[in-house]
Amino acid sequence: MAAVAKPAASAGPDIELPKSANWKQWLDRDAWRQIMIAVPYAWLVIFFVLPFLIVLAISFGIAQVGVPPVKWAETFPYIEWANYQLLFSKTLYIKAYWNSVQMAAIATFFTLLIGYPMALGIARSSGTMRNVLLLLVILPFWTSFLLRIYAWIGLLGNNSWFNKGLTWIVNTFFPIWGTLPKIQMMNTDFAVILGIVYSYLPFMILPLFSTLERFDPTLDEAAMDLGSKRWQVFKDITLPLSIPGIVAGAMLVFIPATGEYVIPALMGRGDTPMIGKVLVDEFFQNRSWPMASAVAVALLFVLVIPIMLYNWIESRSMQGAAK
Amino acid sequence: MKRLSTFLVVMLCLGYAFFYIPILSMMFFSFNKSKLATVWGGFSFDPYVRLFKTNAVWDAAGLSLMIAVISATFATILGTMAGMALARFKRFPGRTAFSGLVTSPLIMPEVITGISLALLFIGIGYATGLMRGATTITIAHITFSMSYVAVIVQSRLASMDRSVEEAAMDLGSKPAQVLFDVTLPIIAPALVSGWLLAFTLSLDDVVITTFTNGPGSTTLPLYIFGQARLGVKPEMNALATIIVTLVGTGVAIAGILMHRAEQKRLRDERQAYAANK
Repeated sequence: MAAVAKPAASAGPDIELPKSANWKQWLDRDAWRQIMIAVPYAWLVIFFVLPFLIVLAISFGIAQVGVPPVKWAETFPYIEWANYQLLFSKTLYIKAYWNSVQMAAIATFFTLLIGYPMALGIARSSGTMRNVLLLLVILPFWTSFLLRIYAWIGLLGNNSWFNKGLTWIVNTFFPIWGTLPKIQMMNTDFAVILGIVYSYLPFMILPLFSTLERFDPTLDEAAMDLGSKRWQVFKDITLPLSIPGIVAGAMLVFIPATGEYVIPALMGRGDTPMIGKVLVDEFFQNRSWPMASAVAVALLFVLVIPIMLYNWIESRSMQGAAK
Repeated sequence: MKRLSTFLVVMLCLGYAFFYIPILSMMFFSFNKSKLATVWGGFSFDPYVRLFKTNAVWDAAGLSLMIAVISATFATILGTMAGMALARFKRFPGRTAFSGLVTSPLIMPEVITGISLALLFIGIGYATGLMRGATTITIAHITFSMSYVAVIVQSRLASMDRSVEEAAMDLGSKPAQVLFDVTLPIIAPALVSGWLLAFTLSLDDVVITTFTNGPGSTTLPLYIFGQARLGVKPEMNALATIIVTLVGTGVAIAGILMHRAEQKRLRDERQAYAANK
């Protein structure tokens, strides 16, 4: 590359650069490359890595009354395990972690169940229709997450048309519980799972779509020509080939859902908190920095396998795209 | 292309109903005359009138817009640098760590990023007296949204035809000229969508803002979150309707314009190839 560029440059009149080069000439001397790497690198180290190291350090500290509200053990290695011991012994924390993982897993499953047929439908429709359908998935993804949760609070409430309609349907067609006056949906685990499914559905559909879109439709046709049924084609060809998309989508839902705060805070019940809410309460209400930090570190440990799985899938698909 | 199976059509319809019914219902009830948000009392603009008289909303909206514009701009600059570094420089010390770092804020649970930044800013506050507020919120928003920009820019660069850049270099352009005259104009749509995404993310963030704000700086999402904890109100429905309509129209227009530009570019390229033959 450089060898080709050189003769062209030497043909020009400006081969002798003045010593006091202006910024553009300085940028030409490879420095722009270094800036391009160094500036975002430095930003992320200062505002992403360093803060996390502080959290890690404080999680080994002891809460105290004063400024700052944390101190460390006075003897080497200055580490206090008490926060982690509490984390593994107190049922509140264990239950909160278990709850979060469970709810996130159930929500991820339903997101996949709804998202997969939608992604497949979008990928198989053609032309303008496909673009419109895709835009309709992206639109909620862009409009405020908070407002979409807010919209559901309005729907699920006991006096809403949705609740009344649902109550009527259940009472008329499935009267297994007798006649219900209403269905309690707000402040239940159901509401939290629904909220997660609703807000994270685009995160499932979009990676699935981009995997399914790359399929060669002739594969399906070949299998059909050879006598496979539609369901068999799906089971033997489409589904196995779309596993990278499934994993990527599932991780994109599961990881943030596990640490979710806004949805359980607005829609969940008070007695089974999720871990995100526990962390926020430890930090703001109990003002216990060490405990809140330990909760954060442990949450990251719970999520380290899903995060690594996601990164692995992503780097594989990046390499695939580069080929 | 064969027709979609009935099952897929039904699933698509149900899926889109699931997406849009809550939003449409919320919009409908924003014109509710009754002060109870969920009981229909007739059509009226009263909730909007009451909303426009609530000063707290407009103070919060002003602060949020300012933070969103500044953080989106910085996030686009930093994210573009990071995306280019990842897409173009295949080998430099610490590349693997850098690539992991750039994508981490995307999937890191917000509470972890939030508490980390809170403790950092409190620490800086002890050392320098910096108060947490609009500045710290902006820095936090830049940090998580630059990753989104980086990913968008990186994938745009990966699908870009490099021969255009090589042609410019062969014709004697310096790297900086190639960057400003060739590469950046070509990836401009990615920069625009990156900026818009960073802008809306900032305008929507509750968790990280809760951790990084100080006394007296209530952003719009924090205000809405506080109100939503108290229950549904027609005024809030009205506010939500305004925001959703603005963002929705913006995204739809941007999507259509970008689609047209892309079509035009493809057509031009085809014509150029045809003319060269």
